[in-house]
Amino acid sequence: MTNPLVQATGLSKRFGSLTAVDGIDFEVHRGEVFGFLGPNGAGKSSTMRMIGAVSPPTAGRLLVFGLDPAADGARIRSRLGVVPQEDNLDLQLPAEENLLIYGRYFDLAVPVIRERIDRLLAFAELTDRRKDKVDILSGGMKRRLTIARSLINEPDLLLLDEPTTGLDPQARHLLWDRLYRLKQQGVTLIITTHYMDEAEQLCDRLVVMDKAKIVAEGSPKELIERYSTREVVELRFPIGERDAALGRLDGIATRTEVLPDRVLLYTDDAEPTLSEVHGLGLRPESVVERRSTLEDVFLRLTGRSLID
Amino acid sequence: MAAATSVRFLEGELRTYRRQWRASVITTFVNPILFLAAMGLGVGSLVDRGTGAGVLEGFAYVTYLAPGLLAATTMQIGTGDASWPVMAGIKWVRSYEAAMATPVDVRSIVTGHLGYIALRLLFTAVVYALVMVVLASVTVGGALAAVAPGVLTGMAFAAPVIAYTSRLDGPEGLSSLFRFGIVPLYLFSGTFFPASQLPGWLEPVAYATPLWHGVELTRAAALGTGTTIPAVVNIAYLVVWVGVGTVLARRGLARRMVT
Ligand SMILES: Nc1ncnc2c1ncn2[C@@H]1O[C@H](COP(=O)(O)OP(=O)(O)O)[C@@H](O)[C@H]1O
Ligand SMILES: [Mg+2]
Repeated sequence: MTNPLVQATGLSKRFGSLTAVDGIDFEVHRGEVFGFLGPNGAGKSSTMRMIGAVSPPTAGRLLVFGLDPAADGARIRSRLGVVPQEDNLDLQLPAEENLLIYGRYFDLAVPVIRERIDRLLAFAELTDRRKDKVDILSGGMKRRLTIARSLINEPDLLLLDEPTTGLDPQARHLLWDRLYRLKQQGVTLIITTHYMDEAEQLCDRLVVMDKAKIVAEGSPKELIERYSTREVVELRFPIGERDAALGRLDGIATRTEVLPDRVLLYTDDAEPTLSEVHGLGLRPESVVERRSTLEDVFLRLTGRSLID
Repeated sequence: MAAATSVRFLEGELRTYRRQWRASVITTFVNPILFLAAMGLGVGSLVDRGTGAGVLEGFAYVTYLAPGLLAATTMQIGTGDASWPVMAGIKWVRSYEAAMATPVDVRSIVTGHLGYIALRLLFTAVVYALVMVVLASVTVGGALAAVAPGVLTGMAFAAPVIAYTSRLDGPEGLSSLFRFGIVPLYLFSGTFFPASQLPGWLEPVAYATPLWHGVELTRAAALGTGTTIPAVVNIAYLVVWVGVGTVLARRGLARRMVT
């Protein structure tokens, strides 16, 4: 077994009296897509910035490529690709110039950068926009350009902080496709997200973060198996009838969650559970049968939804 | 490593400038030349007919003014390039955050940006030196000799202004810097008339400003006159502003960027 690319033990980050990251442990291995799933404010970005060797840990041990960020920050960063939560492209410069300047920061030769720019802009589907000012590109294009920029040094590890937040569904799917290709090429990715579908689609392994702590760890499948049932029945009742219905639903499912707008019945087989509901003479306004997702895992672990 | 990344950062600044230089042409070149023409030739013709000649060490006013205006111009450019673009790098474009995800660090940013400003100052001073020869009858040798002190003057402002900007939350502090700092200095630090003409209580204030030392040096270099105090003291004073400014700039930017 090779050494992990990232190894954190008791890693903490405090800003004054606020604890953003509270003693977390994790390892990221070569070739895997590793995720931090958690709601806003969980401490995902703070963790990413520490891994990125731009934010010194307050406590704990952190090794990236086996190196200490405090002592070898520049060496670590030379092998990293970073896509920050907020794009920080130079909007007044053409797309390709953004990549050229960035590539020079890594001390790469101009002809090498030019050759990579051709390849990376094609990968990001931005070849015909290369001379355009970044200012006029769409949000999805800017995001793809930031990803192209992060790959200019052919990094051993790519850090993506909420890569698709704020993008429309079409732009998200194109981006997922690109990230999937990187994964196929064997690039190690660390992704933060508060979208459970993103985590499920992309991550081999992930940790669920909440309130500065890691509350669970595993593959999406393992987490669902461990913390949820196979299937879920979602019931929506007419206003005023829910509370009466709740009493009668007792014991039907392995577990019942009551959300403001719906009731979730956790069960290994939705079909018979639903029959039982109907057998009780209950007439919900709407019914959804579905598989369990990481959203259910998060709900189980924290009692809250991922997106509020 | 740090030296190499400073040069890379400097190069990035030059590449960015190459795309945007047009915006700065007026303030960099046209304004000082207009000033020299209007004040030096226009007002100068009155000064030279009056009592000016005695105070101006026998030079025509335009000749006396030109080197002082060089120092004042490099002050303005040094301050300008160390303020708005640094605020943009920290806050508006967030190009410093982008750069710091690479091997570039705070030290390289400060050194690289100061290097970029030095090049800008050098280029401006050389162009201005030629203008002095044409418009103000300064000798070619004198004009070229004034380039180095001109650049030093600009740097004595650039370094501390980066330090100042790195500690600001928004652009209001920059407007104040120009309104209450740079403009008064421009007018009262010996550029347009010898500081000895100031009311007695203001004189020492003028001597404390880096611009006065810069003007003394550029004027002495361009016209071959003596300085009020030994030139080496003027140089040392400006170098201290550069040095202390650089240290404070690194500290300020580190506190701002490394959180
Ligand atoms: N530079 C900072 N200074 C002060 N507080 C910060 C800073 N960065 C993050 N925080 C705080 O740390 C907590 C975690 O933030 P963050 O790591 O951005 O979470 P996430 O990325 O999961 O949304 C939040 O309460 C946030 O306000
Ligand atoms: Mg975040």
